[in-house]
Amino acid sequence: MSAPILAVEALSMRFGGLVAVDRLSFEAARGEITAIIGPNGAGKTTVFNCLTGFYRPTGGSITVTHPDGARFRLERLPQHRIARDARIARTFQNIRLFGGMTVLENLMVAQHNRLMREGARLPLALLGFGPYMRREAEAIDRARFWLDRTGLAARADDAAASLPYGAQRRLEIARAMCTEPQLLCLDEPAAGLNPRESEELNALLRFIQGHGADGNGCSILLIEHDMSVVMAISDHIIVLDYGRKIADGAPAAIRKDPKVIAAYLGVEEEEALAVDAALHGE
Amino acid sequence: MTTGQATAPLLSLSRVTTAYGAIVALREVSLEVMQGEIVTLIGANGAGKSTLMMTICGSPAPVSGRIFHAGEDITGMPTHLIMRRGIAQAPEGRRIFPRMTVLENLRMGAEVAGTASFEQDLESVCTLFPRLKERLGQRGGTLSGGEQQMLAIGRALMSRPRLLLLDEPSLGLAPMVVRQIFAAIRELNRTTGLTVLLVEQNAWQALSLADRGYVLVNGRITMSGTGAELLARPEVRAAYLEGGRA
Repeated sequence: MSAPILAVEALSMRFGGLVAVDRLSFEAARGEITAIIGPNGAGKTTVFNCLTGFYRPTGGSITVTHPDGARFRLERLPQHRIARDARIARTFQNIRLFGGMTVLENLMVAQHNRLMREGARLPLALLGFGPYMRREAEAIDRARFWLDRTGLAARADDAAASLPYGAQRRLEIARAMCTEPQLLCLDEPAAGLNPRESEELNALLRFIQGHGADGNGCSILLIEHDMSVVMAISDHIIVLDYGRKIADGAPAAIRKDPKVIAAYLGVEEEEALAVDAALHGE
Repeated sequence: MTTGQATAPLLSLSRVTTAYGAIVALREVSLEVMQGEIVTLIGANGAGKSTLMMTICGSPAPVSGRIFHAGEDITGMPTHLIMRRGIAQAPEGRRIFPRMTVLENLRMGAEVAGTASFEQDLESVCTLFPRLKERLGQRGGTLSGGEQQMLAIGRALMSRPRLLLLDEPSLGLAPMVVRQIFAAIRELNRTTGLTVLLVEQNAWQALSLADRGYVLVNGRITMSGTGAELLARPEVRAAYLEGGRA
């Protein structure tokens, strides 16, 4: 049994007197899709912000273990090394693209670090020689690959801000994947998608899970309120309320958990199933 | 029409075209919302739904066509004057005032309604969103995404609108809260005759709630009918209700 890609232990985040995350512990298994759900204001995005270095946690530890055994303690790592070395990528609930750049340029910026490793040979690059040129061609190929997977190839030269909302969300996923992450963190990827688009998102996430950026698969951690996404693709679900974990298990168990129904889902399973049936044209 | 009060159009758009520079977002859109009706607008991402909502509020102003509210031509009127006619919007992207407290945000919404009903309206918004009551003194920008969405809807309700424009009210909200919001819209419509124009990705929920719906495709209205009629149309089911298996 290999170490989990992500192990969070007794993570706490306080803002003055407000405890947003309270001694939270959970694991995300390698190659799996793990979902974090919970009421609004439960602390889900705060957990993401701790994982990705936007916040420095007030307590606890966050350990990432790569397949080669390399370990990273994210709570101690500078923010830029979380993406570069620990290879965690994320998307944002309030989309944060480079709006004035084209779709393709957004994906090139994501690969800036890798390209700049060749920076020492910049004079050669300016003359059109050397590994920089090869790297740049690879970066464009990688960007094209994810544009195809996310259905954005036709929009490659359009300004990111001119894309409709759902396409901007897919572009954020493509940008994250261009960093070739080991763990992809998605904050409400299905928000603003209609049921058909949600189904397409499920297929994309399953592809990422199986293929990853380099064919070796990618683990996914996901915050989402759309139960047609969460219940369909998650291997494992963690439920937060007021910064604490109230449930942790497989989708089938979570949707029957009385604590989760009371705090979050708000209906009995029969009703939820009836809604599902109606949605899917029973 | 299922609502008794439905008699005259409270809002009507006649051949409205809206463009962002050279890009035409709405093409000759005509629609009507009767007094006391709940009308929903469904369509894919990028169809122009949010543009339509913003055009009603005068930002952007239409390139051609007319917009009437309660019989008055409001085409080209500045946004603040349109809002003072009893129209409120909970816009896409929430657009709360991040440096103001939750209470101050709600006061901003109440500006249009006047102060007489403030306490009562605040009470009903806090009943609908107990989470906002817990956070009245907190700055809007420190709320979570879903709580900001509650605040945007609460702020719109504080203005006691005759016409409420809701642009994806369920965005980012927990399933239980979404159900409460839909129940509250139905209740406000039934008890106060509130007229609602609703954009929602969850077309099944929206069409079940609405008296009538319009389908917007690439900036044009392609279909309209009662909620039940549209729910039964195979092309609507295929495009907006079912997943990729359709």
